[in-house]
Amino acid sequence: MDLSYTPEQETFRRKVRAWIKANLPPREKDSSGIEYGDPKRIAALKAWQRKLYDAGYVAMGWPKEYGGHEADVVQQTIVNEELLLARAPGLVGMMGIQMVGPTLIQFGTDEQKQRHLRKILTAEEIWCQGYSEPGSGSDLASLKTRADLVGDEFIVNGQKVWTSNAQFADWMFCLVRTDPNAPKHRGISYILIDMKSPGITVRPLIQMTGDPGFNEVFFEDVRVPRKHLVGELNQGWLVANATLAHERNMLGSTTRTQQMFNGLLRLARSRQRHGQPAAQDPVVRQRLADLMIRVEQMKFHAFRQLTDSIKKRPPGIGASVNKLVSTELNHDIAALAMELMGSYGALARTSRHVVDRGVWPIELMFTLGLIIGGGTSQIQKNIISERGLGMPRESRR
Amino acid sequence: MDFGLSEEQELLQQSARDFLARECPTTFVREMMRSDDGFSRALHEKMAGMGWTGLIIPEKFGGLGMQMLDLATLAEELGRVVAPGPFFSSSVLAAMSLVHSSANALKKEWLPRIATGEAIGALAFLEESDRLDAAGITARCTKTRTGYRLQGTKMFVTDAHIADVLIVACRSRGAAESGVNLLLLPRDTPGVSVAPLHGIDQTRRPCEVILRNVEVPASALLADEGKGWNLLRRVIDAACVVLAADSLGGSQRALELAVEYSKVREQFGRPIGSFQAVKHIAAEMVSEIEPARALVWYAAYAYDHEPRAAARAASMAKARLSDVYCRTTNRAVQIHGGIGFTWEHDMHLWFKRAKWNETAFGDATFHRERLAQLAGF
Repeated sequence: MDLSYTPEQETFRRKVRAWIKANLPPREKDSSGIEYGDPKRIAALKAWQRKLYDAGYVAMGWPKEYGGHEADVVQQTIVNEELLLARAPGLVGMMGIQMVGPTLIQFGTDEQKQRHLRKILTAEEIWCQGYSEPGSGSDLASLKTRADLVGDEFIVNGQKVWTSNAQFADWMFCLVRTDPNAPKHRGISYILIDMKSPGITVRPLIQMTGDPGFNEVFFEDVRVPRKHLVGELNQGWLVANATLAHERNMLGSTTRTQQMFNGLLRLARSRQRHGQPAAQDPVVRQRLADLMIRVEQMKFHAFRQLTDSIKKRPPGIGASVNKLVSTELNHDIAALAMELMGSYGALARTSRHVVDRGVWPIELMFTLGLIIGGGTSQIQKNIISERGLGMPRESRR
Repeated sequence: MDFGLSEEQELLQQSARDFLARECPTTFVREMMRSDDGFSRALHEKMAGMGWTGLIIPEKFGGLGMQMLDLATLAEELGRVVAPGPFFSSSVLAAMSLVHSSANALKKEWLPRIATGEAIGALAFLEESDRLDAAGITARCTKTRTGYRLQGTKMFVTDAHIADVLIVACRSRGAAESGVNLLLLPRDTPGVSVAPLHGIDQTRRPCEVILRNVEVPASALLADEGKGWNLLRRVIDAACVVLAADSLGGSQRALELAVEYSKVREQFGRPIGSFQAVKHIAAEMVSEIEPARALVWYAAYAYDHEPRAAARAASMAKARLSDVYCRTTNRAVQIHGGIGFTWEHDMHLWFKRAKWNETAFGDATFHRERLAQLAGF
């Protein structure tokens, strides 16, 4: 075991750090989460991703022919670490880079790869995910949005919900029912939909936080060329599962967790409890230490998974463990922060006397949303126990 | 960046697992629990034959000269089978006390004998107060013309009843860290009396050690006069990492037993493992054990390679695994239902080991506070 970076990797890190220092856009006052942020900032975020891409720091592990550098995963990790340290804005095209991009690389036609991959990396085109429906959340395979093949086109009718980014996305990767007579998992197809197609209506939904972010998307006789099918007809579930695993890993990132904990520690030192800094209170110290241990643990767990992926070991149910543990940990960090602020914790962003720019109540709510999204904690536990431990599945319809 | 076991460590782990599956089934564990001294010299000699008793003892003293991560890997396997016997006392606590000491004559005399399994060592650290800080050390070592005279009672000294040599934490002056000494003495030194205590984990044998006018030479010192606390702290950190590894192995095995049972036991016309409540308990166990593995590996690595982070890492690992092993065994017993509560079923062996490990060398609360201090909250 060796946790050091090689001299070449350290040189690379210094280069990245210097580049970020020279190119980081000025911090904006309101730094709420990127995916669910204000669409007016999208142009600035796109420009930032483009800059990062031109510098060679986006999707570094992708094959060269699709715009990557086939760099090892350590280099991308170094870039991600440095961006975190600099508190740089996130990647607005994250869904494309982490989810649909790798899916197209694995299952897409050459035409689809040529058409889409580069624009994913440059943020020229932003993607959204058309999976959940009002009647199909955890039971995603029960989805009902229809795509009837008529000649060379699909005619799409139905509705998607919880569609993050739909209000400014250019494309959607969408799961549709192409064979209503087959057993539910075998009648699904994975298609790419141009969001400018006639018949698409996007209706923003407001989150508990008060911000828009996700949306309802309605499809009324939307025409989608057959060549936008990814993988085989009615084999979309296979394709979708590949994407779901990538999503779990994305949501389980430890860098955000460490950032949150650092903020919590700063808060604990600055808030008072019974006339002394909260960080000196014995009970608070116990809870802080417990969270610190859980945070550090996930950092080392991520190193282990990084090593496993370098050594090409199969990931198993690691992504589900990450998603389950990290999302709940993030929420627990926000919950302690709220406690430490007492009455101040209940103040909204816009109030006088608000603490830490009102970020903690938003984090508390947002992290709860992430426990639910991307496969609820309960679904992750089903996956871990059934696929990881081989425990018997209950009969399901 | 290479975070994980090396090929050699994986081989060590597999060979330890195979050996212990043969040599240390639960029937053997129960036999040791019933026996007077809980000790099988035959097994100890076999372990010596594998090189385990001297795993971290330098090669020049007859050991394998391996590192903490190697030791943690072996400790995990020992924990997996709730191995009885003095390995922890002798080859971890006593061996580490000597390895980290500057007393070359004592190292030359005792390390080879511990490595071959010929001698068993035990560490006498706690006293009646059960305090883990330096103030808990009140047994006196008064300077004499030739060395020291020891007076006092040491408690919870594991394996003192079978030890050939004792390493005793005592105090020549003061009340805090300065003035602490670690002294090595043969167990049969006049004035030393050992009385076994009876623990709920009968695979670990704690004793009370009473010292009445015990005379030892000045050469018995393992560190400079009054400067034993730093050496003792390093040994305690090693103990924490090894106990965390033991707990990791035990947790993993408890999980496996519970899952196996749940696939076989049927109620309401189906295996109980098909009920979501049971599945979710199992998934929670996995989600605690897997990240904890990375934490143990890091703590073992830091012990040897990151001196500034080593103490923190040891406390993190001990705190976390104290909680995880206890929670895991609690859940595993529950998944077994009524039979999990019986003496006849093996589940209680892990449950009781988890309890012993939980408090030995500091429980989770103690180590969280230690972490808070080391991290500068």
